[in-house]
Amino acid sequence: MHPILYVSQTALELGFLYALVAMALFLSYRILDIADLTTDGCFVLGAAVSVTCAAAGHPVLGIPAAMLAGSAAGFVTAFLQTRLGVPSILAGIVTNTGLYTINLMAMGWSSNVSLLKQATVFTMFRDTGIGGSWYETVLAAAVTIAAGLLLLYFLGTRLGLSIRATGDNRDMVRASSINPTFTVTIGLCIANALTALSGAMVGQYQKTMDINGGTGIVVIGLACLIIGETVLGRRSVRKGIAAVMVGSVIYRLIYAIVYYTKIVPVEGLKLLTAVIVALAIAAPTIRDWAAFQRRKATAGRKGGR
Amino acid sequence: MLYLNNVSKTFNPGTVNEKKALENVSLHLEPGDFITIVGSNGAGKSTLFNAIAGAFFADEGSITLAGEDITFKPEYKRSREMGRLFQDPMRGTAPNMTIEENLALAYLRTAKHQHAFFSRTGKEDRAFFRDQLALLGMGLEDRMKQPVGLLSGGQRQALTLLMATMVPPKVLLLDEHTAALDPATADKVLKITRDVVERNKITTLMVTHNMKNALELGNRTIMMDGGRIVLDVGGEERKGMTVDDLLEKFRAGAGKALDNDRILLSH
Repeated sequence: MHPILYVSQTALELGFLYALVAMALFLSYRILDIADLTTDGCFVLGAAVSVTCAAAGHPVLGIPAAMLAGSAAGFVTAFLQTRLGVPSILAGIVTNTGLYTINLMAMGWSSNVSLLKQATVFTMFRDTGIGGSWYETVLAAAVTIAAGLLLLYFLGTRLGLSIRATGDNRDMVRASSINPTFTVTIGLCIANALTALSGAMVGQYQKTMDINGGTGIVVIGLACLIIGETVLGRRSVRKGIAAVMVGSVIYRLIYAIVYYTKIVPVEGLKLLTAVIVALAIAAPTIRDWAAFQRRKATAGRKGGR
Repeated sequence: MLYLNNVSKTFNPGTVNEKKALENVSLHLEPGDFITIVGSNGAGKSTLFNAIAGAFFADEGSITLAGEDITFKPEYKRSREMGRLFQDPMRGTAPNMTIEENLALAYLRTAKHQHAFFSRTGKEDRAFFRDQLALLGMGLEDRMKQPVGLLSGGQRQALTLLMATMVPPKVLLLDEHTAALDPATADKVLKITRDVVERNKITTLMVTHNMKNALELGNRTIMMDGGRIVLDVGGEERKGMTVDDLLEKFRAGAGKALDNDRILLSH
């Protein structure tokens, strides 16, 4: 296969698989307006559960099991912040820290698990013959797009609208018979189920998972979300869900280009990602500051009053 | 319909900032009553609404709505049967959601649909929303797919009113809901309010600082001072009343003149 084709194939596959994390952040960060830092640990949790299940000969069962585990992690974070008054960022960090032990446990107290000859959802899908040599791409895209469509449908239901309103105007929510504790809990459970689904798919795709495999996933997910929103624009839910997929694929393409051309050392990519995310989130503030400086400069030239 | 029995609420009890916001307030609303409430700054009008809506629980006394004791019912559960509008038009709607989505949220929460988590807005619902929006006479029926954040304050307040009354609540609480609007818009929203309340015969409580509105609208007027109801007029007595009569009555009831700058300015 031509190297460029190979690189873009890998970028598509990883792009779609990691897009689920960005989708989770779209739900927690954009829609619910909560910075949910459970993500890193939850991603590994999903991978650990799914790879362990696959190692035991149950690759398909591994996927829903991972999502269930992920939503349990989301529930803990939500419980801490809605019922026990832990600030939301801290709640995520606390859960994340606890998950390290849980993840080790899920991996049989070892810091990594690998699949050798065992079947994965990918090898099972290959055996159906669909997609030919692109079978991994097809499966990754199918799972992510299906998750996106389900999320889109869900956000149009009564419960979905309530979750969106919770992030948009909490005053209104309290005065309109929606229990914000309930909507935040459901929202975080679903977001973390999506993160775990991403981990579950990536784990079986790579046939291995390391206990530190999730470090920085939350920032990368945010980067994908922001890149996608820059390309497609914000506002509607439909655009947001499409944006996470586009953004994630673009991010993986950039990653692949850096990896093969070595413009930036690959070790430096996380720093670059962090800088991009910080700048993108800071953009409105920087814009205001710049406008104010211009305004002051103009006033100065006119000699003031 | 709505009974308040000796409801009291003290904020920061036992501290230097202790404030008796409500003192033994008893109030009884007949079905279809439209009561206007006036009073000085800090008289307890908003506190009274918060107590009825369940933003906090009363320290003493009990509240009954349509035969059901709701004294300890949480706010989000009470709001199934109560509509509430605030002074700030931004509070009642979700700005990043479309007009249709906001209406759907208000509509889907009603009793009939209560447990249908996964129900969605259908064609009939959409047609119903269109008709309801058209009644406001603001042209909003042609903008259903636009985010509410693009609407003016008056339009948002009218939309909030529609959301609160589309499925008529047992009680409607209006907390100076036109005070943040310009006079022309305020008049329009007030007119819509009157239409909606009369059409659906909703039991309504309205706080206002406009004494003229207080006498013109509704069938009963109460005045509050220092966390107590000092005056309650209705029926024949209220019909011939002027603003000056009302102020005089207040002085007699509260033992002092009314000290609400906005009331005096708008008088």
